[in-house]
Amino acid sequence: MADLFDDYPQSRAFDEMLDAGGQLRPPYERVHATMTSLTSAEVSSRAEALARSYLAQGVTFDFAGEERPFPLDVVPRVLETDEWATISAGVAQRVRALEAFLADVYGRQQVVADGVVPQRLVLSSPDYHREAHGIEPVNGVRAHVSGIDLVRDEDGRFRVLEDNVRVPSGVSYVISNRRAMVQTFPELFSSLRVQPVIDYPRRLLAALLAAGPEGVPDPTVVVLTPGVYNSAYYEHSLLARLMGVELVEGRDLFCAGGRVYMRTTQGRRRVDVIYRRVDDEFLDPVQFRADSILGVPGLMTCARLGHVTLANAVGNGVADDKLVYTYVPDLIRYYLSEEPLIENVDTWRLQEPDALAEVLDRLDELVVKPVDGSGGKGILVGPAASRDELTAMRARLQADPRGWIAQPVVQLSTTPTFVDGAFRPRHVDLRPFAVNDGEDVWVLPGGLTRVALPEGQLVVNSSQGGGSKDTWVLGGRVRPSGDALGRASDGTWSADGVDRSRDAPGVPIATNPADHDRASHQQQQQQQQQQEHHDATGVAAAMPTEVDPC
Amino acid sequence: MLSRIAESLFWIGRYVERADDTARILDTHVQMLSEDPWAEEDLACRSLLTVMDHPVADDGSLVDRGMVLRLLAHDQVNPSSIAGSLVAARENARRAREIVSTELWECLNTTRNQVSGTIRLARPHEYFSWVRERAAIVAGLMDSATSRDATWHFMMLGRSIERADMTARLITTQTRLGHAGPGWTTLLRSCGAYESFLRAHSGLASDERAAGFLLLDRLFPRSVVYALENAEQCLRELEPVEGRHGVADEARRELGMVRTSLEYATLRDVLSDLPDAMERVQLACSRASDAIKARYFPSGAVTTWVGEAL
Repeated sequence: MADLFDDYPQSRAFDEMLDAGGQLRPPYERVHATMTSLTSAEVSSRAEALARSYLAQGVTFDFAGEERPFPLDVVPRVLETDEWATISAGVAQRVRALEAFLADVYGRQQVVADGVVPQRLVLSSPDYHREAHGIEPVNGVRAHVSGIDLVRDEDGRFRVLEDNVRVPSGVSYVISNRRAMVQTFPELFSSLRVQPVIDYPRRLLAALLAAGPEGVPDPTVVVLTPGVYNSAYYEHSLLARLMGVELVEGRDLFCAGGRVYMRTTQGRRRVDVIYRRVDDEFLDPVQFRADSILGVPGLMTCARLGHVTLANAVGNGVADDKLVYTYVPDLIRYYLSEEPLIENVDTWRLQEPDALAEVLDRLDELVVKPVDGSGGKGILVGPAASRDELTAMRARLQADPRGWIAQPVVQLSTTPTFVDGAFRPRHVDLRPFAVNDGEDVWVLPGGLTRVALPEGQLVVNSSQGGGSKDTWVLGGRVRPSGDALGRASDGTWSADGVDRSRDAPGVPIATNPADHDRASHQQQQQQQQQQEHHDATGVAAAMPTEVDPC
Repeated sequence: MLSRIAESLFWIGRYVERADDTARILDTHVQMLSEDPWAEEDLACRSLLTVMDHPVADDGSLVDRGMVLRLLAHDQVNPSSIAGSLVAARENARRAREIVSTELWECLNTTRNQVSGTIRLARPHEYFSWVRERAAIVAGLMDSATSRDATWHFMMLGRSIERADMTARLITTQTRLGHAGPGWTTLLRSCGAYESFLRAHSGLASDERAAGFLLLDRLFPRSVVYALENAEQCLRELEPVEGRHGVADEARRELGMVRTSLEYATLRDVLSDLPDAMERVQLACSRASDAIKARYFPSGAVTTWVGEAL
């Protein structure tokens, strides 16, 4: 029988489902079996269910004035336990190194003195903020949340594409993707042990509470959003909702006496930790852009006094600058004395004259990216660019080598994706999210898999025709133990979590006797119908006076 | 008001609430069984069926989701299943047709017709969502088009008693299963209480607090205590004359006693004795329901005609 995987093409890229010989990779067995058992119409109907769920939840983006659901593909991206263990350890390692680098850069700059990174690299970064000097985080954490973008190369090895330690977004899709997939493909979840993602808000809140200012036993946490028109507003509101904290805009907050307050119906209320989703430049018009109406005047002063914690810290951008990225493997060796667990993608630093010359020569086969860009903005993919674009780019590179990096075109791995009624390979990347609470770096099992929906497209960004996939990390964790009010520990009313001792039957559910009593019901019905008959034929008959109780 | 009509109104309230709550309970459990790779399906289903008054004999056969759905969701004959209670709610509305507003009647009637339609074939989650929506429409129509007289009080009385009873059952399903259960946050979510709870406790969720919220919260309309209090209030409205001491109304006494036993105990004590406490709530609801029937809906004594010896 023909199935939807027929004619699934093999290319140079690493395919997550099929190996080079066209054989199924083990983690995809169940998914493949389920998907082949469905017809195109059935898959379409499930895909529609996913889209409907997104419309209902409001996970949409604006397309030509119309609300469109954010595309979520029906085929999940599956990662095996061991694979994930490496990714998770590699991501955590990277976050620790970046934390150490940030602490150093905004402190004694030992890393510069030791010659690991050049001073001009730090000073020339547009995101290096002198304003952040002297703000010492209570528990040493500056990157409470990080998103490390990974890709898989032709050999199937994961590599880091970029780091995000400013305000990484996308975690709400991880949570809502899972919710929608569970409702749409329950049969897959029952046969696979997929690690849950719903712990994220709790972990994040714990990390934010741990970062509270000194001397505040029960810190008040808020999420600061630019407002409802921000493209990530859904995420901001979801996180606030799931953490049970207020979602505030800049105008809801004010500073007085070195402290931050929010305006409430019961007067002002102190705010201790701000999980801010507003960019550095807009945060405080006194320190940064004076025309910002999204920020809170005086916020940085309060932060410097140690009366409020900003998460993530201001000035983190210096660590995810794409030129600094090229030094991260060295930073890992320098600060942690470890070898990087996940390698970088090879990168040319254009400030080095030889590198610049080589890149200018081979521009049509490379990818060049602005060092401070995000969201796929300003990226030039050499093989896909026109002659004019290449010429223009050459001039820009020569004018501002600090502003750009160049990388070979990485053939991102592909996974089957439902396109036009069949499964076709499409390129994907992966953004795992890490939460640092000062004790431990926790990596959310899974992360956001973005998929480029146009065929052959290598830029996987939601603003450029991208969709997402639910990312499943299989098994690996033992059943959670401890007291989940099953009272396992003290054994008062449950032995091993399951109360087998209580074989007592449940309390009966009452019903209206009138609905039950079929016999009397029928008799009554018959007599009432008889009555109708008599009435109709004009024979007056008295209603029987005694009927069974009802 | 005729006792027969009052009884029907009371049962409309109960049946619609039952459909709603059963849908919520099943949604959590079916979802949990689908999502949790460690779930023991047979055990969880048996436990659920027992709590929902459908015990299955332990004869070595395996009980699965399909059976649970058949018995508790789609059985149109038994009024303790969702479909059954929606059918029964409509039958009761038919008996009280002259009292029930046309909008409410048409809503219940349409719902009943749809029960046998294509919605039967929907995926479980969609079916449950549909049930919750229908229940919400019924509640909205009752709220906006019923005078606050005895009609209203009897419907609310039925709804509140059913809600207390069903929330207690929902909690029982969790205590019986412990770690194998859906977990307290899922329970809260199924009652639409999760966000209220998180706000009330500013995100510092714990199992104790979650259980306490579902049991004891005075402001959340699906907590056991709130529902009991509401039922008592309806009874007070129906019989405003109170003597100088004590409570003469049998139903009110049952509900009040079990409510105060929860409200005035420490959370710790209630939790350490949770399954029994929940059983007491269910029994109290059942006795209160009987007392209400005895007081407000007395049926004529059964008369048997005996052939007289000549």
